[in-house]
Amino acid sequence: MQLESLYQEIILDHYRNPHHSGLREPYDAQVHHVNPTCGDEVTLRVKLAGDTVADVSYDSLGCSISQASTSVLTDLVIGKPVDRAMSVSEEFLRLMQSRGRTEPDEDVLEDAVAFVGVAKYPARIKCALLAWMAWRDATAQALVAAGTNNLRETT
Amino acid sequence: MTASPQLRAPAYDVERVRGDFPLLARTVRGGRPLVYLDSGATSQKPRQVLDAEREFYERHNAAVHRGAHLLAEEATDAYEDARAKVAGFVGAAPDEIVFTKNATEGINLVAYALSNAATAGEATRRFRVGPGDEVVVTEMEHHANLLPWQQLCQRTGATLRWFELTNDGRLDLSNLDTLINDRTRVVAFVQQSNILGTVNPVQTLVRRAREVGALVLLDSCQSVPHSSVDVHELDADFMVFSGHKMCGPTGIGVLWGRPELLETMPPFLTGGSMIETVHMEASTFAPAPQRFEAGTPMVAQAVGLAAAVDYLDEVGMDVVAAHERDLTAYTLDAFEEVDGVRVIGPTDMVDRGGAVSFAVQGIHPHDVGQVLDDLGIAVRVGHHCAWPVCRRYAVAATTRASFYLYNTQEEIDTLVAGVRHAQRFFG
Repeated sequence: MQLESLYQEIILDHYRNPHHSGLREPYDAQVHHVNPTCGDEVTLRVKLAGDTVADVSYDSLGCSISQASTSVLTDLVIGKPVDRAMSVSEEFLRLMQSRGRTEPDEDVLEDAVAFVGVAKYPARIKCALLAWMAWRDATAQALVAAGTNNLRETT
Repeated sequence: MTASPQLRAPAYDVERVRGDFPLLARTVRGGRPLVYLDSGATSQKPRQVLDAEREFYERHNAAVHRGAHLLAEEATDAYEDARAKVAGFVGAAPDEIVFTKNATEGINLVAYALSNAATAGEATRRFRVGPGDEVVVTEMEHHANLLPWQQLCQRTGATLRWFELTNDGRLDLSNLDTLINDRTRVVAFVQQSNILGTVNPVQTLVRRAREVGALVLLDSCQSVPHSSVDVHELDADFMVFSGHKMCGPTGIGVLWGRPELLETMPPFLTGGSMIETVHMEASTFAPAPQRFEAGTPMVAQAVGLAAAVDYLDEVGMDVVAAHERDLTAYTLDAFEEVDGVRVIGPTDMVDRGGAVSFAVQGIHPHDVGQVLDDLGIAVRVGHHCAWPVCRRYAVAATTRASFYLYNTQEEIDTLVAGVRHAQRFFG
């Protein structure tokens, strides 16, 4: 049965006990992303501290893949410098677009390697990417806001 | 001694029907037999339809309505014969049938014709819609019968209103006489819901629309393939349905319109094939249905659809309807025995068709669908292009099993076992 290769135990664990869930203050940017094919949605907040991802909080509605992916995302990016967190997200994106043909880099992706099976199901890739795209969007907005503030302070 | 067989009505031979559908014989994930329960999205095609399309391309292919050669003549005959065949299937005359690329285009054709009427001269006055006018739909519409009307209202300044739904998945008609009123210009609604399975009371709505002089458009995508439909019995002004949901090819839909309306309604798409005379300054249009069929039409698809109609006629639409009714009742009974499964839509067989949407407690429909897929069962998951319905029943999405003439009780047993398996897997 191929089901276990898709729903690896790590994914089911994160799904049943999601990390860092709930929306928290303070935050620099908040976004709302939806998956229009199934109506799944996530509201996600990012708080930066200088160049570091200080917090990612969220409220989401979706399948096990999207819920687990959101949980894994927060584990992987919170506490990391923004540029390193961005490269993790790019690695995850690459894994999702690989159709399951590449060997994921466990040093970079940690628990997220469990999503290798998802890449074989084109219909589910969007589920796995929903929170990651939301996080990239929110982080970009937070950086723009920070840049604008810095500009204001220096002028 | 058993009862003599000739005294009983011949049983419906579903296995014989299945034999006509080559795709149903294939295997899927891990070599499992396919259990196709997604005919509400699109039906599979019998060999007779595939053969008809192939034969058209191999023997008669040419552009229709032009050219003086034999092939052009044969292709035109094939196309117009298909129109007559499809017309007969719903009790209409051939000139009342417009071929479109799909049902969505058919609805857009009418919605755009109404806004085009603003600048199309006095003869099209009847179709004008503007500020102060109202368009009425329902909360259970497929997006295809919602967005064109939303957009029409935005373009013209008219107001969109809608019937809400009851808890058991039916239209709430308690405000029928106020919602459809003297300001109402169009009432557009689905004959059978693609997500809930509900069969709507067409007569009640049409009667009220007639009292106020509103046009009625019926979305019959989920009824024409599954039961005997007669446009004169329904008494609407327009009706749309799609070819690919009734054993026909993709790329063809049907708009039926009352002849006196089609005669004066302004066109939606313009270009070749739909003209009478053309000058650099201005042009005049061909009579209906050609006026609504700009460009080279989908001839092979029309031929395929005609073959689908022949196929369904031979089985008999009453037989199809009865078979699906048995399957639906069987499914509703079976789901009642499964803890944690909630049917979204009518749970009895009164005015109900063969689409069964359900929610499995604690398991997202995508995950239900994935487990079923692993067992070879094809269902639809998501909001089924009826997002407001999901919102109304407070579910992000549903899992939907939808049936057709080739489905069996054994397949429903497999579905129910699959749902139980999903509950164990995620439990």
